[in-house]
Amino acid sequence: MAGIFQRMSLIFRAKTDKALDKLEDPRQTLDYSYQRQLELLQKVRRGVADVATSRKRIELQANGLSTQSDKLTQQAQKALEAGREDLAREALTRRSGIQQQLTDLQAQHAQLQGEEEKLVRASQRLQAKVDAFRTKKETIKATYSAAEAQSRIGEAFSGISEEMGDVGLAVQRAEDKTMQLQARAGAIDELLASGALDDVTGTQKDDITLELEQLASTSDVESELSRMRAQLGTGSGAGTQAIGGGQAPALEGQPAPQAPAASTDYQGRPAAQPNAGDLR
Amino acid sequence: MIVRILGEGQWDVPDDAVEALNGLDDQVEQAVTQQDEAKLAVALTALLDEVRSVGTAVPDDQILDSALILPDVGSSLADVEALLAESADGLIPG
Repeated sequence: MAGIFQRMSLIFRAKTDKALDKLEDPRQTLDYSYQRQLELLQKVRRGVADVATSRKRIELQANGLSTQSDKLTQQAQKALEAGREDLAREALTRRSGIQQQLTDLQAQHAQLQGEEEKLVRASQRLQAKVDAFRTKKETIKATYSAAEAQSRIGEAFSGISEEMGDVGLAVQRAEDKTMQLQARAGAIDELLASGALDDVTGTQKDDITLELEQLASTSDVESELSRMRAQLGTGSGAGTQAIGGGQAPALEGQPAPQAPAASTDYQGRPAAQPNAGDLR
Repeated sequence: MIVRILGEGQWDVPDDAVEALNGLDDQVEQAVTQQDEAKLAVALTALLDEVRSVGTAVPDDQILDSALILPDVGSSLADVEALLAESADGLIPG
């Protein structure tokens, strides 16, 4: 086996030799390298934490989207029950868009999980090697003169440098990937915030909800009216009905104008009307 | 012979198994030369699988030089080229 992979290992080794040449006493080199190893270990652990944070954020977003999707399904159902196929179609169309986002997020999640596992494994490997290196370093420093140490350092030093090169690459790649995903996650957050996907916390109402609430409040008004009419017709002069009875004639005088007025008054309604609240 | 798969660790591949890896290695090289991304993925997967199956994983606390360093399985043409083009800095921290 020759070719590119030997070249690759030569590239790693050339750098090690260069680093070695910089220091006069090889025993110094060992301490210097050990410091770098500890720094790299820290960096890998930070990398693991960063990837985990990104992964959790994606999980939260996926939950949000999933809630949205369920909500749109319910809205479609309600709309269909109210005879509004157009509204149901709109809700389902949006839902399919959200499902697509969700599928994307799930793929990203799997990717991040893979990176996280790799980094965890890399940090374990590096930790074991750093411990072994420390033992070897102390032995060499205690046993050999500077001149003798030179020949003893060889493989321990280049071996650990190669490991550091590998781990360094893994951390760098995980960082790149996390950054890319964070940019995309930011875009989804913005989309959620702008209301295009509706706010998952439910504090803002999307247009489908508003229209369904209008439908509901209109039909609430209608059913209230017919209940009152029914009372007027049957309940004649009962004491407990005095107030209702007193107001009824006024309402009965203008039933048609009353309904549209009520339907635009939706914002105050949901709290007072449990039925309207159900639609969200 | 010690072989490193980037991101995975090192394997000790017995000398008599190295010959068998040559064909797979050639295919990876060809894919790189021909700039064939799909071929690279297939060849690299086969090569790495072979290294893992004929080799013995080097224990974590052993510090050894590798004779060969292989890119990891997800590497694209661009990744492999970047690794080979590495010059002064980059691969070795510090």
